[in-house]
Amino acid sequence: MVRADFDRSLEELQAELVGLGEMVERAIIKSMDALERRDLAMAYEVVEEDDLIDAKRFELEEKCIDLIATQQPLAIDLRTLLAVLHIAVELERMGDYAEGIGKICLIIGDDTPVETPKQLPLMAEMGLAMLRRSLQSLVDRDTALAGEVWASDDEVDEQYAGVCRQIFLDMGQHPSTIEAATHFLWVAHDLERIADRATNIAERVIFLVTGRFGRYGGPPVSG
Amino acid sequence: MVDKLEGQKLQDLDAILQTRGLNVYYDTKQVITDVNLDVARNRITAIIGPSGCGKSTLLRCFNRMNDLIPSARVEGQVLFDGRDLYSHDVDPTEIRYLIGMVFQRPNPFPKSIYDNVAFGPRINGFKGDIEEVVVRSLHRAALWDEVKDRLKASALSLSGGQQQRLCIARALAVEPSVILMDEPCSALDPIATLAIEDLMRELSEDYSIIIVTHNMQQAARVSNYTAFMMVEEARVGFMVEFGESRQIFTNPEDERTEAYITGRFG
Repeated sequence: MVRADFDRSLEELQAELVGLGEMVERAIIKSMDALERRDLAMAYEVVEEDDLIDAKRFELEEKCIDLIATQQPLAIDLRTLLAVLHIAVELERMGDYAEGIGKICLIIGDDTPVETPKQLPLMAEMGLAMLRRSLQSLVDRDTALAGEVWASDDEVDEQYAGVCRQIFLDMGQHPSTIEAATHFLWVAHDLERIADRATNIAERVIFLVTGRFGRYGGPPVSG
Repeated sequence: MVDKLEGQKLQDLDAILQTRGLNVYYDTKQVITDVNLDVARNRITAIIGPSGCGKSTLLRCFNRMNDLIPSARVEGQVLFDGRDLYSHDVDPTEIRYLIGMVFQRPNPFPKSIYDNVAFGPRINGFKGDIEEVVVRSLHRAALWDEVKDRLKASALSLSGGQQQRLCIARALAVEPSVILMDEPCSALDPIATLAIEDLMRELSEDYSIIIVTHNMQQAARVSNYTAFMMVEEARVGFMVEFGESRQIFTNPEDERTEAYITGRFG
């Protein structure tokens, strides 16, 4: 494979990774829609469609392995392939959280005495924004944007703490709702983890561009 | 970037060889420009760079092999444990024992395996147990087990990889401190190449090794430090970047190094 072909393969790989990100984004949106509407058919679709996300992740992984084996990449090429491998795993795990929310929808059913806590759609929006921005930072090789994604995780953590407090409070006041409310705790947890994974992607972008780990650059690879 | 890096020393590097303001000319044509390089003791230093960047010329400066080229002129200093190799009171022949060399193509003498290794000590007037030197050198070069039963056979009967290890044994027989290797594996198959690389790793416990190689993966696999040299229109044979190999091959500082090692050069 000549250098130009290798460059094209790297570009295609990144485009496919962004495509995987879009699949995950749709899964998160759909899972939250299903939860709010108590739409079991839609929830079932989210669970089913996670297989496609898993398959895409392994397809990307295989392509990375092929390129590592055949191109013996160094420097920026090596970091790009390692970042793609890592980000594909992060995205796949985010898909699992969407699937988890879908499963919770199926457990809750279409009739529940407890309303969906209002903070949950907000947390989902924040997580989705972080996901989009982390992938944008990848496409633009923009470490400043990646740093912003990192910073916004604190806001999601605050929301998470708030929603947990609210749910515990409700549980105390209405013990009959404990079971249903517990499910919403899980949804909140899944959403909080989605935001964490987006920060991991942002960290990988910083690594890809600078060769350094961590939020503020961290120690260089040379240690 | 270049200005910052030129003359830069990596902290705590225990240098056995140092070049200071090194310039080399063939007649009026400059081939090395102001190279300041520290070579770490008992480590492997790789010199990489495109053809014509002066890496082999630089290597030959370390044991005054350029003296054998009439038109070559060396300016600046090459310090060997602080002593200037180019000072008038230094005997180049003595230097070539202390700083041995292994070439691109194995070049054993058309003599027996034994005589090849014994050659250096003999002409050097060695008075001790020469057999012991031969056996020890062949052991150190990881060749003993393959040749112990045919020491009197011609060196030319050995395979390419064995011949190269024999040349390493020949260099070791005169007790050098430094071994210079000029693309030592370019004529060898992958198995023989790995054997030489393993050997280099072992030898680096007792010797300082400098290797010139075109094989980036080899430099990444085997060396502790890497120097990247380049040639530009305005300047020839200058060092762009020097650092720990893991840094050079994962996260080089200079974009020219990055372009070269990822094959985007030129």
